[in-house]
Amino acid sequence: MSPLGARTLGRSPSEVALDLALRHATYLIFLAVILYFGIQSPAFLAPESLGNVVKQASFIGIAAIGMTFVLLTGGIDLSVGSVMYLAPLIAGFAMEAFGLGVPAGLVVAVCAGAVLGAINALFIVRFDVIPFIVTLATLFLFRGFGTWLTSSRQFDFAPEMRAFGLSSVLGIPTPILVFAVVALAAHVVLSRTPFGRQIYALGNDAEGARKAGVRVGVVKGSVYVVSSASAALAGFVLIAQIGRLDAAFGEGREFDVIAAAVLGGASLFGGVGSAWGAVIGATLIQTVKLGLVFAGVNLYLQPIMQGLIIFVAVLADSLRQRRIAISRRRHIRPSA
Amino acid sequence: MSALLRFESLSKAWFGVPAVSDLTLEIAEGAALGLIGQNGAGKSTLMNMIGGVVEPTAGRMLWRGEPYAPARPADATAAGIAFIHQELNLFTNLSVAENLYIDGFPTRLGMIDRRAIRARTEEILARLDLAVSPDTIVGELSPGERQLVEIAKALHNEARLVIFDEPTTSLTPRETQRLFDVIGRLKAQGRTIIYISHILSDVARLCDAIAVLRDGLLVDSGPAEAFDVPRMIRSMIGRDLDGLFPPRTAAPGPTPLLEARGLTQPGVLEDVTVTVHAGEVVGLFGLMGAGRTELARILFGLDPVEAGEIRLDGAPLPAGPRGRIARGLAFVTENRREEGLMMEASIMDNLGLVSIRDFGRGPAGLIDRDALAARAEEARRDLSIKAGDIGRQPVKALSGGNQQKVVIGKWLMSAPRVFILDEPTRGVDVGAKFEIYALIDRIAAAGSGILLISSEIEELMGMADRIVVMSRGETTGALARRDFDRERILRMAFRETAA
Repeated sequence: MSPLGARTLGRSPSEVALDLALRHATYLIFLAVILYFGIQSPAFLAPESLGNVVKQASFIGIAAIGMTFVLLTGGIDLSVGSVMYLAPLIAGFAMEAFGLGVPAGLVVAVCAGAVLGAINALFIVRFDVIPFIVTLATLFLFRGFGTWLTSSRQFDFAPEMRAFGLSSVLGIPTPILVFAVVALAAHVVLSRTPFGRQIYALGNDAEGARKAGVRVGVVKGSVYVVSSASAALAGFVLIAQIGRLDAAFGEGREFDVIAAAVLGGASLFGGVGSAWGAVIGATLIQTVKLGLVFAGVNLYLQPIMQGLIIFVAVLADSLRQRRIAISRRRHIRPSA
Repeated sequence: MSALLRFESLSKAWFGVPAVSDLTLEIAEGAALGLIGQNGAGKSTLMNMIGGVVEPTAGRMLWRGEPYAPARPADATAAGIAFIHQELNLFTNLSVAENLYIDGFPTRLGMIDRRAIRARTEEILARLDLAVSPDTIVGELSPGERQLVEIAKALHNEARLVIFDEPTTSLTPRETQRLFDVIGRLKAQGRTIIYISHILSDVARLCDAIAVLRDGLLVDSGPAEAFDVPRMIRSMIGRDLDGLFPPRTAAPGPTPLLEARGLTQPGVLEDVTVTVHAGEVVGLFGLMGAGRTELARILFGLDPVEAGEIRLDGAPLPAGPRGRIARGLAFVTENRREEGLMMEASIMDNLGLVSIRDFGRGPAGLIDRDALAARAEEARRDLSIKAGDIGRQPVKALSGGNQQKVVIGKWLMSAPRVFILDEPTRGVDVGAKFEIYALIDRIAAAGSGILLISSEIEELMGMADRIVVMSRGETTGALARRDFDRERILRMAFRETAA
């Protein structure tokens, strides 16, 4: 019996095509969106505007890459919006107090983010509280802590901060560079390291992973550290472009981040998703936003469009899940 | 041949109820042992003790002459024991090679040495004649191929003992043949096999020695040559029924209530016909995977069915459980913890769950708590549920038997015509079992029909007016009460025609 025969047995070409389309729904939408806006306004396809899309996508994108780690385990991290605010704020205080430069500040921000993520991990792994509740609580806690530190006042960074945010290396804007480095690193970790593959295993079958000898607690906790550190970095990079930090910075952004990750193919049930997908998801959202501007569409339609696109992508995911569930239904009799 | 694995007076009891008692047995290195017994005979408990999932309450195991006490599954793997379960333990989103190495990847500079794992996996797959690439995602493989991947994992872990637990359940005949070839090859390599199956002819064919468990006891064992299929069946049965069941108080009426004809769903059921008359208890027997629960779910409208018809009181039933409940169908699932009860909610809220709409009052349909409480209290007395304050006490605080009474009670409050009871006494102590049996008799005496699904032959022989036997999704026979005979029933379930 040929293994290939077994796989395609009883599936018509149209079914195979449907599976393929569902699996790559986001890419298809992305292609359609770019084509549509390109026809509407050819200027949209110019390198500068596409570069702009990626640059603006980097903020949500970096955090979405971290979020993908969490979603892969079947968890969720609602605190990223607050981490985006608090971690760079701590870095700002440190820079001011110790006269640190921007690169050192960046390191402080990422470390602070990692610590905040470790707090999430502690409650989720040690005390076995579900991730949704833990990170909902820290969403308020982290922002509340920042508000208390600043008395809700805006925090101004030194001018070097802005210089860093607007700098570029070899003609590539720094935010894009950071985005690319994070994406590449995440891709390598997820697809090429034992840690990465164990994340996938955990998301597929937590009990099975435990039985197979995977250190489930360590893996599960680490993804929240990764997520928060990524959110901190994302926040720092965007703030560097603005030069100051408002009390409302990052508020509600957790939903953009989750949306981007899900749009990139990450499943909320765990086990499915990739770093590359998060990049695509974040970029797609930004493409739509900027594309609508180029096409001269009423700006207030933008959230509706974003919602619709997320809806379609998630619908595709759920349809795919259902098809998988049906194909896995337990068979008592060999169906020849 | 020396003993690879030896059990010495091994015992395991759950809350005082023995699952395996004083078992002494050894498996010779390089031999294939067939382990058989009815559902609940203690096979799974024994396997779980070997696998480090369950700790023995007494006795010990010796592995290659040394005491062996695994604390977790990884210990069993490390010792060289591999399990091939019916439900496979593979990560469907990872590749074949990654599944083999998930507990310890070889790395270079922190990254997985993909070339190394690919090469080694390829070599193992070749030994099994499995023509798939190591990079194939497991989710894309057929059940038979996945099973071979599981065996590849065993080979990769250098397992000396490979335990197969009902491995052929979801395989096609060709895949089964290939599996048997592979098992033959494992034996030729000197690996030891434990083979557990309900398909006795397979056991006879594959194994060198056979051990029979019944009620946790080793009741028969010896070389396979000495065992023919009738002896296996005879050894598996036998237990006194006196005093375990209440007498049946009424005879079934002539009116058919529930009639299911020619139910067919590819891969699940094949031409199943069942009738339940008024006041009748129909027992549905079958081994694990015979399709009993699947039939129940189809009758209740939870799962789709391709062909056949289901009638109640002579009229076809609507699709879906809602309409069927309204027509008088009730279903007590085999899994009361997950499907039957809201564990945190009060007894009263659970009792009112099915009939809640009957207690709606006024245009807004607000629940009349007092009426509900009165009716629930009545049900509590009827069912003799042992509880204090049914309005406050959560269901999880009840014993298994009383929980089951709540499940039955919530349906009783809607006065159903036909009850489908799936393993209603599983995990229930003897005293509560008797009360549930008495309840079944009362429901039947009141004129409702009951489809009683059970893995315990004795339970069905004690309670049913008629027993229908299923095997692999088909009905293989039916017996009236006067013809009840354990051996005949088991033979139908095993599909063994030998006299």
